Amino acid sequence: MNSIEKKIVLDPLIDDNPITLQILGICSALAVTTSLGPALLMCAAVTAVLILSNAAVSLIRHHVPSSIRIIVMMVIIASLVIIVDQVLKAYAFELSKRLTVFVGLIITNCIVLGRTEAFAMKNGVRLSILDGLGNALGYSLILIIVAVCRELIGSGTLLGYEILPLVTAGGWYTPNGLMLLAPSAFFIIGLLIWGIRTWKTAQVEKPEYQIHEVHRTGIV
Amino acid sequence: MNVLSGILALPNDSKKKTLVVALVLSLVCSMLVSVSAVMLRPLQTVNATVDRQRNILAAADLLDEDTDVTDAFSRIEAHVVHLESGEFSDDIDAASFDQRRAARDPAMSRALARKQDIAGISRLADYATVYLVKDGDAVEQIILPIHGYGLWSTLYGFIALEPDLNTVVGLKYYEHSETAGLGAEVDNPAWLSQWKGRRIFDASGELVLRSVKGVSLATGDAAFYEVDGLAGATLTSDGVTNMLHFWLGEQGFGPFLVKIRKRVGSS
Repeated sequence: MNSIEKKIVLDPLIDDNPITLQILGICSALAVTTSLGPALLMCAAVTAVLILSNAAVSLIRHHVPSSIRIIVMMVIIASLVIIVDQVLKAYAFELSKRLTVFVGLIITNCIVLGRTEAFAMKNGVRLSILDGLGNALGYSLILIIVAVCRELIGSGTLLGYEILPLVTAGGWYTPNGLMLLAPSAFFIIGLLIWGIRTWKTAQVEKPEYQIHEVHRTGIV
Repeated sequence: MNVLSGILALPNDSKKKTLVVALVLSLVCSMLVSVSAVMLRPLQTVNATVDRQRNILAAADLLDEDTDVTDAFSRIEAHVVHLESGEFSDDIDAASFDQRRAARDPAMSRALARKQDIAGISRLADYATVYLVKDGDAVEQIILPIHGYGLWSTLYGFIALEPDLNTVVGLKYYEHSETAGLGAEVDNPAWLSQWKGRRIFDASGELVLRSVKGVSLATGDAAFYEVDGLAGATLTSDGVTNMLHFWLGEQGFGPFLVKIRKRVGSS
């Protein structure tokens, strides 16, 4: 792996993270992170879809008419998602039941369409696969962090194993039910973005507009 | 081959190439999707069957971690019941009867008036599959399929009753899309375990079992008819109560329960 390839894989982890920098794929980050098990399965599913769709789009990139390119990408992504969903139902039935509709909703995950449009349409198959892998890792990293926080604080467990003994089971920990609700994922992601941008100040966006102090006399 | 390279050589934005690319892509993708669906169907069917059996066993409180599902299920007999008359129907094979499909078939179902439809299921199949847990000839438990609307989705599950047809052995849902962490807590074993030993009908024969909002404060006999609601999931809890009232009532298994009770009483 040369330095460009390394950069493609590692950059999306922190420096160009699809969730915390590009603010994409938030919906699924809220929905499947109440516990770690489904979150891990979701990461695996998104990784598979991202890599395969990037590879497929990159393969046919020279022959995609620009007028229908978004539709072409969506058809490829949708087909891959259906196949992944079918595979999960066949080989990981219990977990796929817990993910319910969210596997199908990978189709609408902006990260997938974003990467095929921004990267795979312009780059070779090998680089596109690496780009898919990198972005999937970046997405997974955030999902896992959020899921660990939410399951641990919200239910006192990790992957279903008891970490903090609950009051209801004779322990000392009173679970924070807020963590099981969608807003808590916003809080955690918000804190992550804040943390990362404090550490990597290059990610801080310039304000879109500035309110200037205007003196009445100045106008008159 | 000449045709192919001819088309590939066309400018990308020509009408012909756009159409050909769209057509070929659709064909290839639909083929991939079909192949995966067909090839994986047998595995999925097995999963769904085992899952269904597992949930029936769980409702009947017969499921431990190391239970062999198929083995344990051999004690359970499936029968199709005609809901309106409450009679067992021998015409329909229990193994192939699909209540959900039947509910969509106008010949095998009827639409429910809004007032009757407290479970929010809109169409009711004429038949339903019930399961009898047997020990030799004696019936140990009767398991009834139930479904009804919660907050976001229809919940599908089973309720298992003692032979007195009044005491609940267990309740278990096998399919729903309620909110994770809130409504989805209908799967929580601690909540489900509350149903064990509850009673459906009070002394006057009135159907009173329900899940109440918050913690049940009922004491004495009244405590047999109430279960704590799910915190933060009032609508899902109400859905559970409504579907129990629907399925155990006149529209649902009411006539069947009456018939069985008579049979038990006369023997």
